[in-house]
Amino acid sequence: MESNIKMHTKNLDFFYGNFQALYNVSIEFVQNRVTALIGPSGCGKSTYLRCLNRMNDLISGIRVEGQAMLDSKDIYDPSIDVVTLRRRVGMVFQKPNPFPKSIFENIAYGLKVNGVKDKAKITEIVEKSLKQAAIWEEVKDRMNESALGLSGGQQQRLCIARALAVDPEVLLMDEPASALDPIATQKIEELITELSSKLTIIIVTHNMQQAARVSDRTAFFYMGKLIEVNDTDTLFTKPGLKQTEDYITGRFG
Amino acid sequence: MIKKGLFIQNTWFSIFKIAVLINGAALAVIVFFILSRGWRAISWEFLTQAPRDSMTAGGILPCIVGTVYLCLVTILVALPIGVASAIYLNEYATQGKLVRVIRLGINNLAGVPSIVFGLFGLAFFCIVLKMGVSVAAGGLTLGIMTLPVIIGASEEALKSVPNTYREASLAMGATKWQTIRKVVLPVAFPGIITGSILGISRAAGETAPIMYTGAVFFTPDLPTSIMDEVMALPYHIYVLATAGTNIEATRHLQYGTALVLIVLVLGMNLAAIILRSKMRKKLRI
Repeated sequence: MESNIKMHTKNLDFFYGNFQALYNVSIEFVQNRVTALIGPSGCGKSTYLRCLNRMNDLISGIRVEGQAMLDSKDIYDPSIDVVTLRRRVGMVFQKPNPFPKSIFENIAYGLKVNGVKDKAKITEIVEKSLKQAAIWEEVKDRMNESALGLSGGQQQRLCIARALAVDPEVLLMDEPASALDPIATQKIEELITELSSKLTIIIVTHNMQQAARVSDRTAFFYMGKLIEVNDTDTLFTKPGLKQTEDYITGRFG
Repeated sequence: MIKKGLFIQNTWFSIFKIAVLINGAALAVIVFFILSRGWRAISWEFLTQAPRDSMTAGGILPCIVGTVYLCLVTILVALPIGVASAIYLNEYATQGKLVRVIRLGINNLAGVPSIVFGLFGLAFFCIVLKMGVSVAAGGLTLGIMTLPVIIGASEEALKSVPNTYREASLAMGATKWQTIRKVVLPVAFPGIITGSILGISRAAGETAPIMYTGAVFFTPDLPTSIMDEVMALPYHIYVLATAGTNIEATRHLQYGTALVLIVLVLGMNLAAIILRSKMRKKLRI
């Protein structure tokens, strides 16, 4: 295993009020690799993902214990600026959620809120991001049309482009293809593989074939605990634990 | 069995339909009644002149101008405070006991009778703050009365903005304020504006809150500052119909004034509806 760890958590516990949703989760995310988080509904994989860019902060009454490190900085350290953290650790959501603005404005938004004013530069980055997300050809002639007029799959790639525009180092994806048809899903998967050459991707998925196809490493969650994490090939062919084997062979979940 | 179920369903649907018809009929009857009795009073002179001969002749220009001025002050008072309150309650405040108490207060404010607002305005704005009977005092009183409506409408509009928009914005490194200003408010704006106009058009027709605070029995002069007293359409109707010099002889003027008021209010409501559909189309939601 490579030594360049981009992000990792150590003994991470997470509580919604008195309810403990995560127990002692320690995972290392290797730079420029795709890590998939799998497990049955309610196992805590999405909660864990949302710990990594502190989206859980939006919920009142939550508590985090343990370490969550980006490079060598604890992202829960009081000195950390959450706004900067979220720019470095981007996120793509389960349902495509473009803003009710034009395609151009959707991508330019992240740049504008981060203080980029140079119009030529914004236009350039918008184009670059759309190309990276493999949607440029489909939208280049309709940049000023509403993003809500795009198909679901296009909207999701637009959301990926939007996340890429602020040049994040890590991209979190929360079941990004679960609301899409198989062809749109395939496009998203190809995109994930391509993007992993430039950034570190952590993806939550319900779909085990998807995890097997797109990820380098896979972490299996169950009941708020990390059961097993390993190279994807190893985890799917020679799972270390009976529980993992039962899940990936479809015996439960 | 199926037939019976169908019969019950049709009966209930008919009842709902009748309820809606009663609704529409009420509006139609009111408009027809006022229109049929008031249209003869409407003339160029009626709309552009001040009352003459102890208000038994002439026009109602001072009342129209007064009502418009009162509405403007109401908007200036209620819109910023109402929208700001709604943003605080819905976007910033931690949902807890305090917010529940504040909401309860706002809902109760909405239930306070308008005459109580009038007396409060008289005691506080006119006397304590020494504003006297003026557009300012009347507009402030109407503004406070309209606040709960605007807060309610704005909160509904903010709640209808999907959380996914907020999340998407925050996840890109936008601050909470940037998120509210650039994503949430534009989406909520049509709802806020429509609700606000409806609230203000309601205020435009109120008599009780302004009868001690802003409107007077008669003044031939148009207001030159917000510290001036004014005539107002609803109060003018009330005066002519109950305390005029010749109640019977001014009937047509009363209906004429009512017609102008109703056109003004319905016009504002219509504007609100058109504005909303236009803005919705622009947002494509």
